[in-house]
Amino acid sequence: MASRPSDSNRNRNGARKGRRWFLLLLAVPFIVLLWPPFYNFRDPMLAGFPFFYWFQLLWVVITALITALVYWLDV
Amino acid sequence: MNWEAFLVFAFFFILVTVLGFVAARWRRGDLSTISEWGLAGRRFGTVVTWFLLGGDLYTAYTFIAVPAAMYGIGALNGFFAVPYTILVYPLIYLIMPRFWSVCKQHNYVTAADFVKDRFGSRGLALAVSFTGILATMPYIALQMFGIQISLAALGVPLTFNIAGLDIDIPLLVAFLILAAYTYTSGLRAPAMIALVKDIMIFIVLFATIIIIPSKLGGFGNIFSAAQAKAQTPGSGFNDLLASGNYVAYTTLALGSAVALFLYPHSQLGVLASNERRVIKRNAALLPIYSLMLGFLALLGYMAIAAKVTPLAGFGANGAIPALINQSFPSWFAGFAFAAISIGALVPAAAMSIAAANTFTRNIYVEFIRPKADLKEESQVAKLVSFVVKFGALLFIVYIPTVQVINYQLLGGIWIMQILPAVFLGLYTRWFNRWALLIGWLAGMVAGTTMFIVAGQKSIYAIFGIPMYEAVSAVVLNLVLAAVLTPVFEAIGARRGSDATHPSDYLEAYAPVEPLERGEQAFS
Repeated sequence: MASRPSDSNRNRNGARKGRRWFLLLLAVPFIVLLWPPFYNFRDPMLAGFPFFYWFQLLWVVITALITALVYWLDV
Repeated sequence: MNWEAFLVFAFFFILVTVLGFVAARWRRGDLSTISEWGLAGRRFGTVVTWFLLGGDLYTAYTFIAVPAAMYGIGALNGFFAVPYTILVYPLIYLIMPRFWSVCKQHNYVTAADFVKDRFGSRGLALAVSFTGILATMPYIALQMFGIQISLAALGVPLTFNIAGLDIDIPLLVAFLILAAYTYTSGLRAPAMIALVKDIMIFIVLFATIIIIPSKLGGFGNIFSAAQAKAQTPGSGFNDLLASGNYVAYTTLALGSAVALFLYPHSQLGVLASNERRVIKRNAALLPIYSLMLGFLALLGYMAIAAKVTPLAGFGANGAIPALINQSFPSWFAGFAFAAISIGALVPAAAMSIAAANTFTRNIYVEFIRPKADLKEESQVAKLVSFVVKFGALLFIVYIPTVQVINYQLLGGIWIMQILPAVFLGLYTRWFNRWALLIGWLAGMVAGTTMFIVAGQKSIYAIFGIPMYEAVSAVVLNLVLAAVLTPVFEAIGARRGSDATHPSDYLEAYAPVEPLERGEQAFS
C-alpha cells in the first residue's frame, strides 16, 4: 500500500506546482513538426541536405534538449 | 556463400548467445516468478533501461523497412519515422511515469492488469490483452524477416532439402537459440544483448554515413539522385511532400508516436525500470537512437544514388543489403548483417516475453486456471513465449514476405484501439466499460476494413483527405466511447468499480526498487 510522502517530497511538490507551465514546452515540437508547411522546402540546403531533411533531424536534438530542460526543472 | 562474411557473422551470433545465457546469472532472483522472469524484478536503472528500450524499440522495421520505404516510395512513407520518433519522447515523459507508478503500486505486469482494476471489467482487459498479442505476432514475424534477409545477403542457403521436405534450417537454428535463452533468462537476456546490439548498430551507422557518401560524391549527390527519381514520370516516388499528403504525413507521425507505447514490449521496458525518474531521464536520452534512425533511413537514398540491384526475392527490402554488400569489404558486411540480425533478436525476445506475460496473466490465469500459483504462472509464460515465437516463425516461412510488412502495419492500427482504455484510463475513469468495449470493436473493424479497401496500405482517404488509418479508426473509437458512456449509464449498465486510488499515480508515493547493474552478471 501507499506510504506517506516524506516532508522533503512535499516541499518539492509545492515548488513544482509553480513550474508546471514549463510542461507546455513539450508541446513545441508537436506544433512545429505536425505542420509540414513550416519545413516542406528544398532550400536552404545544408551540407547537401535539403531543408526538409536537416530541419527535422535538427528537431531530434532540439526536442531532446527541451525534454532534458523540463527534467532538470523537475516538473 | 561468402565464408569471410559468414565467419564474422557467426562469431557475433555465438557471442550474444553466450551472453543470453549468462544473463540468467545476472541477479539470482527467483526466475520462477513472472515478475522476475518477465520484468527482471523491476530493478533496471537509467543505463540498462536506455540500452534495453533502445534495443527494443528500434527493430528490424527501423533497419530494413524504413530505409526500404525511402528507397521505394520516398519521404512520405519513410521519413515520417523521424517526426514519429521525435514526438514519442515528450509523450513518454508525460504519460509513462503515471503508468509506471500505478503498475508498481498494484504489482501490475501488463496494461490489461491495469485496465481490469481501473474499469472493473474482465472483458475489457481481455480485449486489451488480445489486441496486444494480435498486434505483436506480425511484429515478431518482421524481426524473423530481418534475420532471414541478412542470411540471404550473406549467401547462406535459406532452405535445405531434408528427406524430400524443404526446411529453413538457418532460420530454425536462429529461432532455437533465441527461444532457448529467452526461456532460461527472461527479460535479462534481451537487456544484456541489447548492449552488444546497440554498440554494433552505432558502429555500422558511423561507417555507412562516412564511407558510402564519400564513395557517392557527398550527400548533395545522394539527394540529387532522389530528386531525379521523384521527377521521373510515373515513379510514384516523392522526396518532398505533395501538399495533398500533409495530413497523411502528420497522422502517420503522430499516430505511430502515440501507438508505440501501447505495444506490450514497449511497456515491458518501462515497467522493468526501478523508478519514475529513470523513465523521465530516458525520454531525454533515447532520442540519440532517433538521430541514428534518421541517418539509417537515408540509406534508402544512398541505394538509389548507388544504383544498386536489390537482392532478388525481397522487393525494395533487398536494396539496403545489396548496398552493404557492394560498399564494404566482406568482413565488414558480415559485421553489418550480424548487427541487423542481433538487432532483430533483441526486440523478438522482448516481444515474445511481453506477449507471454499478458497471455498468462490476463487470459490463462484469468479465464482458464484461476487457481494457478506463481510458479505455474511463470512456467506457462515461459512456454507461451516459445509458442509465440514458433508461430511467428511459421508465419515468416509460409506467408509471402510482402504480406509480413503489411500485417505489421495492420498491427499498428490494431494496437491504437486500446488507447482509450489504457492511456486515457490513466487520467480518467469517466468512460463506461461497455462503451469502451464497443468503441474498441468498432475501431478494430473499421481500421481493418480501411486497410483492406485501400489495397493493404495504411493510408486511406476520409472526406477526400488521405490519412493514417490508425488515427481515423481511433477517432471513431473515441467518439463512440464518449457518446455511448452516458447512454449506458442511463440504461443502468453502470461503470465498474475502480480498485486504484488517485494517489497511486503520483510520484510521492512511488516506491523505488534497489538498482540492478549489468556487471552483476559476471561476478
